[in-house]
Amino acid sequence: MRGRLPWRAARLREVRVETATARTLVFEVPGWPGHLAGQHVDVRLTAGDGYTAQRSYSLAAPPDGELVALTVETVPDGEVSPYLTEVMEPGDLVEIRGPVGGWFVWRPASRAPVLLVGGGSGIVPLMAMIRERRRVGSRAPFRLVYSLRDPESRYYAEELRRPDPGLDVTYLYTRAAPDGVSRPAGRVTLADLAEGGWPTGFEADCYVCGPTGFVEAAADLLLALGHAPERVRTERFGPTGG
Amino acid sequence: MGIVSRGFQGRRRDDDDRLPPGQYLVEDFPVLSAGPTPRVPRERWEFTVGTEDGRTHRWTWDELMALPQETPTVDLHCVTKWSKLGTTWQGVSLDVLFEDVESAADHALVHSYGGYTTNLPVEDLLDGKAWIVHRFDGEELAPQHGGPARLLVPHLYLWKSAKWVRGIHLLDEDHPGFWETAGYHNYGDPWREQRYEGD
Repeated sequence: MRGRLPWRAARLREVRVETATARTLVFEVPGWPGHLAGQHVDVRLTAGDGYTAQRSYSLAAPPDGELVALTVETVPDGEVSPYLTEVMEPGDLVEIRGPVGGWFVWRPASRAPVLLVGGGSGIVPLMAMIRERRRVGSRAPFRLVYSLRDPESRYYAEELRRPDPGLDVTYLYTRAAPDGVSRPAGRVTLADLAEGGWPTGFEADCYVCGPTGFVEAAADLLLALGHAPERVRTERFGPTGG
Repeated sequence: MGIVSRGFQGRRRDDDDRLPPGQYLVEDFPVLSAGPTPRVPRERWEFTVGTEDGRTHRWTWDELMALPQETPTVDLHCVTKWSKLGTTWQGVSLDVLFEDVESAADHALVHSYGGYTTNLPVEDLLDGKAWIVHRFDGEELAPQHGGPARLLVPHLYLWKSAKWVRGIHLLDEDHPGFWETAGYHNYGDPWREQRYEGD
């Protein structure tokens, strides 16, 4: 058995604006042991009087020395996320513990085709996998199906626009599709996952992440298409789960 | 005291002493599971207890329903930090199910439809501490919360309360389950914050 996962001091180095309500926070964490794409961390905030609050957040980027990137969506009336996205400034400190989770991960040694299905902020751990694939020069074929409300709520918009050979990206808009997109706005369908995903004979590893209703629907559709349940990994996010 | 985050105030939670350290209250019921939600029809459902010497005790859905029912009201604590207080369930105490089970085993490995597993000491299943539940808040248990039936062991983190429960194997030796082999604590006591291996 290994020792206890320690809390480490994490100093905010950089803030990137993703959407009107989401920020990517890059922390410097001395002693960070590295991580797998798809893992998450616990973040602990301590107030001046000793009061603490903890939450879990997905890592948004693959290992990069002592840098740890989280993308945080502001939960209206939340206790922790508004502090992270609106109050924190570079130089400020939090504590981070991790990495955690050994199931919803993509390992670079895998050659299997990968289908990533993300809803809203569920894109975050999937983006870590996309970036890890690029970082290690993997040739595993990736497809991303990204369901989001409207073009303005797209995370990592510029990066996902850049060509990334072997990665195909399909956007599903649920409320308002941009001009020139023929698919009417609406929730994920069987046809979306049939067209944007892999034929079941390819035995793809499927990663589904998003709000509970989205994950339930998408995972059920993947099974209906014939994907094996053991190849469908899920992570459910919600205002209270993440 | 940990490192202070400049400008963090937090929301005082009125020091509810039912809340273990590091947890926060929720009013809704978040769903967490590792894969697609299994859908198990009641007519095909069965629950088994297998002993260390290879005997198997078996209950169909109707047989489970015919056993004495309890309606525990308990607090739930998820390792992902949320807690939900005062939830009411209906189900059968493990004490009832184990009445005719002859076993000296100390360890239990719980199996679910869908392949999930989790381990815990047998003594944490007995003496009014655990149930096989099939109703939540007066309603049939929804599939995403583990329906038709799940294990409920409220004094441990919720990953021990296996959804879609299918059976329990009684073992002479401890056998870590799904999350326990993926970095989580082997026992999972929320009051001691046993979240991850080594805690």
